[in-house]
Amino acid sequence: MSLFLIAALPFLGAVFPALLIRAGRNACSSAAGAVTLLALVGVLLHAPEVFRGETVTARAPWLPQLGMNANFFMDGLGFFFATMILGIGLLIIIYARHYLSREDPMGNFYTYLLLFQGAMVGIVLSDNILLLVVFWELTSLSSFLLIGYWRHLPAGRQGARMALAVTGGGGLALIGGMLLLGHAAGSYDLTTILERKDQIQASPLYVPALILILLGCFTKSAQFPFHFWLPHAMAAPTPVSAYLHSATMVKAGLFLMARLWPVLSGTDIWFYIVASIGMITMVLGAVIALFKDDLKALLAFSTVSHLGLITLLLGLGTEEAAMAAVFHIMNHATFKAALFMTAGIVDHEAHTRDIKRLGGLRVLMPVTFVLATVASLSMAGIPPLNGFLSKELMLDAAAHTIWNGSEWLFPVLATVGALFSAAYSFRYVVHTFLGPVRDDYPHKPHDPGIGMWLSPAILVLLVVAIGLFPEALAGEIVRTVTDAVIGGHGHYHELKIWHGVNTALIMSGIATVGGLILLALHRPLDVAWLAAPRPEAKVIFDACIGALIRAARAVTDTLHDGALSRYAAIFTLFTVGLGVYAFSTGEIGEATRPMNRIEVLPLIVWFCLIGATACVVAFHRYRVIALVIMAIIGLVVTLGFNYFSAPDLALTQLSVEVVTIILLLLALNFMPKRTPIESSPGRRLRDAVLSIGAGVGVGLLLYAILTRDFAFPSISEYHLANSYKGGGGHNVVNVILVDFRGFDTFGEIIVLGIAAVVIFALTEAILRTSVRAKLLNRKPDWPVAGDSHPLMMVVVTRLMMPVALMVAAYIFFRGHNEPGGGFIAGLIAAIAIVMQYMASGFSWAAARQHFPYHGIIGSGVLVAAVTGMGAWLNDKPFLTSDYGYIHIPGLEKFEWATAALFDVGVFLAVVGAVLLALESLSRYAWRPNTDSPYPMDINPARDDPRGGRED
Amino acid sequence: MIETALTFAFGCFGLAMLMNLWKIITAEGVGDRVLALDTMVINSIAILVLMGISEGTEIFFEATMIIAMLGFVSTVAYARFMLRGNIIE
Repeated sequence: MSLFLIAALPFLGAVFPALLIRAGRNACSSAAGAVTLLALVGVLLHAPEVFRGETVTARAPWLPQLGMNANFFMDGLGFFFATMILGIGLLIIIYARHYLSREDPMGNFYTYLLLFQGAMVGIVLSDNILLLVVFWELTSLSSFLLIGYWRHLPAGRQGARMALAVTGGGGLALIGGMLLLGHAAGSYDLTTILERKDQIQASPLYVPALILILLGCFTKSAQFPFHFWLPHAMAAPTPVSAYLHSATMVKAGLFLMARLWPVLSGTDIWFYIVASIGMITMVLGAVIALFKDDLKALLAFSTVSHLGLITLLLGLGTEEAAMAAVFHIMNHATFKAALFMTAGIVDHEAHTRDIKRLGGLRVLMPVTFVLATVASLSMAGIPPLNGFLSKELMLDAAAHTIWNGSEWLFPVLATVGALFSAAYSFRYVVHTFLGPVRDDYPHKPHDPGIGMWLSPAILVLLVVAIGLFPEALAGEIVRTVTDAVIGGHGHYHELKIWHGVNTALIMSGIATVGGLILLALHRPLDVAWLAAPRPEAKVIFDACIGALIRAARAVTDTLHDGALSRYAAIFTLFTVGLGVYAFSTGEIGEATRPMNRIEVLPLIVWFCLIGATACVVAFHRYRVIALVIMAIIGLVVTLGFNYFSAPDLALTQLSVEVVTIILLLLALNFMPKRTPIESSPGRRLRDAVLSIGAGVGVGLLLYAILTRDFAFPSISEYHLANSYKGGGGHNVVNVILVDFRGFDTFGEIIVLGIAAVVIFALTEAILRTSVRAKLLNRKPDWPVAGDSHPLMMVVVTRLMMPVALMVAAYIFFRGHNEPGGGFIAGLIAAIAIVMQYMASGFSWAAARQHFPYHGIIGSGVLVAAVTGMGAWLNDKPFLTSDYGYIHIPGLEKFEWATAALFDVGVFLAVVGAVLLALESLSRYAWRPNTDSPYPMDINPARDDPRGGRED
Repeated sequence: MIETALTFAFGCFGLAMLMNLWKIITAEGVGDRVLALDTMVINSIAILVLMGISEGTEIFFEATMIIAMLGFVSTVAYARFMLRGNIIE
């Protein structure tokens, strides 16, 4: 099976549980199981190649410019992890089917689980480190969904958030690290990177890359000091904990360290960081685990401890240690998944997992007892179980490690870790299952059905089998995987139980005996532990997050306190500051262009502009007057655009001006007609100084630019030269809009459409509340005069409508070669229709409007998109335009450009957006069912007894 | 001849613009101001046409057409606003 398919299967399959939950819980879980099984079979089919030492690959370019490709490969390590992820995933799916209750939304659960599984498989099969980072982020996100699955529980939500904050933060560091690594290696392909050890370790980027990558790994694998998220993630349902914390999520960090082991390890810094952190985590996790009363918390800290152990082994940098790490990853996955599942069974049956309320379950739940005991003893490192074998290897490796000149530090610490590990393993069995049967369980426990104990039973069988026959069952795969980890062929010892009496065995013996003694002393130790002051991770984490939020809020509230004047003041001040800085540090050449002669008429128009601007400032507290004066400014700008040879802009400015005035008048109807004085004189002085400063600055800047030639050749030359050749149009402005910068325009019409739809949605939401009644009952600000739909106006606008639409069509069609185009035509058409709303009334116009404006916007965007995609048929990039000539007998030949079709999209989007926005705003004042029975308010045919009624 | 006529016309319409501006600023109430604004719009149509004649180009024609066609819409909107408050009933 292709690696693409294997990586994609869980994602594709994630759809099925969500859909099939309607067919029942069995169909849902079977679908999830079938998908997983299929992917697992796909992986296993590659087993012969992998065991021959070959690498299976699948490659496809994705964004080759960025070095990011959908490249997958599977060697021993990838095969091992993929098998583990999918195999244990299958067992978890079976277990979860019986664990989840009827109230739990099972479809969501399996969908999240498969998404997570797909992300994990993606990580272990990626041959491109950027692709790997993508999957890495996906595991953070999907594990967030899984951990927060019981969203009604605060602990679940908080745990999920904490896990996301920690692992997501680590993910950020990892992205940086991977980019540095790729830069140092000169490639983002893992297979290439793995061959460039010397180049990478000689690079100055090695240390920062290593630290960033390790941050990613340590957060994901819950290494000290990031170990605190893992126990809080235990708020998730037990199948999630069993999956995430035995075989998958937390192993992702270990996987990455193993994957990059050939290029990153072997240096002092690697040894001191990785081995030391691993050792600290192992001992610390083990000590804390012993004093946890929650079964899952105990297992969580034991997981932290065992992850530390594996990290330690990877940090040592020797072949034997790497082999031990691989072997322990396998063993830990088997016994820890089984243990989590037994904890889940106890919780499920006894309705508590507080160790102090349990005990004596041996009699009541014999099957669970056997499974838990075997798995626990393996965790404690008791022969002949598999945990013993890998723990021996670890102790042996630690015994031969010299840390900073000290021969005894590592062996002693390793023994202490093993000792506590043994103690909490024993405690898990003794305090839960042994002892007298109690009569105060929250629920009378008994063994569950086979569905729940089958999965742990299979794992426990593996625990025993690997322990008894390590060489036959696991030897080959461990060696193949270790070869992949170290990137070569190593010389390993056979896996066997009995190595004779050596240092490791003595350390192991001390640990076991010490563990038993610790367990006996547990009660007084527990009292002392509880009395001792110790840092509480969640409190510290919450305080840190709280401080971050306060800091962010302080910055935001200072800059954005909700007052427009403040944003404007800050923005202006900053811009003026930048300008002053640029002028004071840069250089400006001599003015090279002479001033044009100043004509009288433009001077008068300019004077109108200045006068109007000053008056707006003077009258701005009288809003209607200010609006009237602002219309002068719009008019002068239109004249100015014409005068300076920009007819397109003039046309646009004109139509926008009209729409703006209608919009503002609609809004002004509901607003105070005067702006009261609210700020202090000092503040107004400050604002005046700021705005005059900004205005003078912009004026000077423009003057400076206009009196000088461009420092560099401007892009206008290119546009002028290529407008007809490339875009098939003589009107450069329009060709820029629909061709050169067509993608911008495409984005803009989408934004325009979104804005209009948002206005519509807000209106809908507001009008559904009591605001509507208030609006309908409000008294007008002054007495209402005249007719609502005067005859003159109705007649004129109805006559104007076809004329205006004709002009719009004319402006549209000539737009590609002469001033005009879809945008202006759209505005004109929209105004033609708004005129009808104004003259004949909302009800009249709305009743004659057969196409919803949303649909017009949507069709516009679709037309533009389809036109753009048409270029793909010609093997050209999106929105490449083409043009040709059409001959129709009797007519002159004329040109036809695909850009014109794109312009139709622009036209439709503009018409729809403008009308939807104006219609929404006018609905605030609309009184339904008040329209007259006549086309106008008065009946023009008064002598007709029925009065020309529209019936 | 046409030069002289154009200069004279420019002078007239320039003066008219200034007078419109004066009225918009100083008039009592909103109604007179809107009326003055409407006149100013019409004067600017004339100015554009004159500019077209003086430069011998047709490129200003569309602008004048659209001002003529749409300019009254804003005036209507102002008028409705003053009379009825609500411009789309």
